[in-house]
Amino acid sequence: MSLDAHRCPNGHLTSPPHTRCPTCGEAQTETVDLADRTAEVVTWTESQATPPGVRQPNAIAIVEFAVGDETVRQIGQLVDADVEIGDRVRPVHVDELRDPDAGIRHPDSQAWDGYRFERV
Amino acid sequence: MDRVAIIGASMTQFGERDAWIRDLLAEAGDDCLRDAGVEPSELDHLYVSNMASGEFEGQSGVMNALAHDLGALGAYTQRVDQTSASGGAGVYAAWQSVASGASELTLLVGGEKMNDTAPEGVENTAFATDVIASLTHPAEYKHGVTLPSFAGMTARRYLHEYDAPRESLARVAVKNHKNGVDNPNAHFRKEIDVETAMESPVVADPLRLYDFCPITDGSAALLFCPESVAAEYTDDYVVVSGIGGATDTHVVHERDDPTTMGAVADSGATAYEMADRDPEDVDVAELHDMFTILEFLQAEDLGFFEKGHAWEAAMDGVTDRDGDLPINTSGGLKSKGHPLGASGVAQVHELYEQLLGAAGPRQVDADVALACNVGGFGNCVTTTILEQP
Repeated sequence: MSLDAHRCPNGHLTSPPHTRCPTCGEAQTETVDLADRTAEVVTWTESQATPPGVRQPNAIAIVEFAVGDETVRQIGQLVDADVEIGDRVRPVHVDELRDPDAGIRHPDSQAWDGYRFERV
Repeated sequence: MDRVAIIGASMTQFGERDAWIRDLLAEAGDDCLRDAGVEPSELDHLYVSNMASGEFEGQSGVMNALAHDLGALGAYTQRVDQTSASGGAGVYAAWQSVASGASELTLLVGGEKMNDTAPEGVENTAFATDVIASLTHPAEYKHGVTLPSFAGMTARRYLHEYDAPRESLARVAVKNHKNGVDNPNAHFRKEIDVETAMESPVVADPLRLYDFCPITDGSAALLFCPESVAAEYTDDYVVVSGIGGATDTHVVHERDDPTTMGAVADSGATAYEMADRDPEDVDVAELHDMFTILEFLQAEDLGFFEKGHAWEAAMDGVTDRDGDLPINTSGGLKSKGHPLGASGVAQVHELYEQLLGAAGPRQVDADVALACNVGGFGNCVTTTILEQP
């Protein structure tokens, strides 16, 4: 299991990956695992009205990892809503983030595991 | 260059409607042709703006259905989907069809059926939220990210960064509900006060119920032709003086600044340049207030106010109907409702009425009007500038 950011030859990072780097158009060729790093909360919310198959309420954050001089952001569920902007969080792996069979997206079309974030 | 004119406009009652998509589209399309006194057989092109009729009710091919139901067989037809910005994208497609010379008469109809569409056992708001959230990247969707949750995260960041009071968002809801009272086609025609908005149930913290548009059914239509022949149809027409479309990231968290909508700025810049206008020239605007916070972001990214200052304008009444720059005189998506594919078309319908002096109690003094229609969470945007001839 890993929480991958994807890097092009010019050093730009994204997560999730893209066929071409959105910044420079080069192919992305490397991955950087973020799973053992901590990140800073950019913003967060706790959603009370959630779609079928999603926990209720659902706290979600955008977080930012520093990788050398570059930064890369992630979105993910929060373990709980006890966070503020600027807090440090760490990734925690979860096998199934929502029920793949309950929503409109085809269950075989994508992965359903991933990382929640927990305040350090 | 011969500009493109809009010679007819219509919209249906917005709200919880019994009609399904085919009948909603036909109602607005028929009304628009009657408004302009045009026969369906005269149409060269027919565009239908719609996001998700297949997902909501299992009806695809709606452009063909509408051509047949209106008696416009022989016209070139196309369904235009740009999620919530399908209406604006339809305006772009219709403008393009006439500006290119491919069509001398184009009808655009935007519509969506959203209520009473959920499978048995599924609550309709949750279902509609999921249909809309299906536009997200798999990396977002698996976390249960919805458009309302993007709005909550963006609002928190905006209030934090610009030291704006929570009340400023409530002011947007209060203003747009007040405007909607005078729109007979609006979903909600009920004033609310700041306290009601501030104390309504939390939906996506810090946003509450009254920060969100409702789930709405409805349709709207516009009729386009070259400006050079518009007077042959009617004395009452407006021109599209500028239009621009732009795209931002699909993955929302990859944007450098969560409080800036790049595609709003880019599409606005293109539209201003084409129209040879500045933000100061705009007299009235319809912005995509699917969530109250979006009215601030668009007003700033279109250059009406400095970054981080649109909330002050809302507090000071600048964007009220009797303010210096009235925004969402129709009631906006907030009170008029947001039938996805219809919204961008209905925005232009409101500005058409404003420019023709036909907006009744909603009337403001306007020569130059701007509509901004936002898809996804700023993912795809169309900005249109309309003027009196």
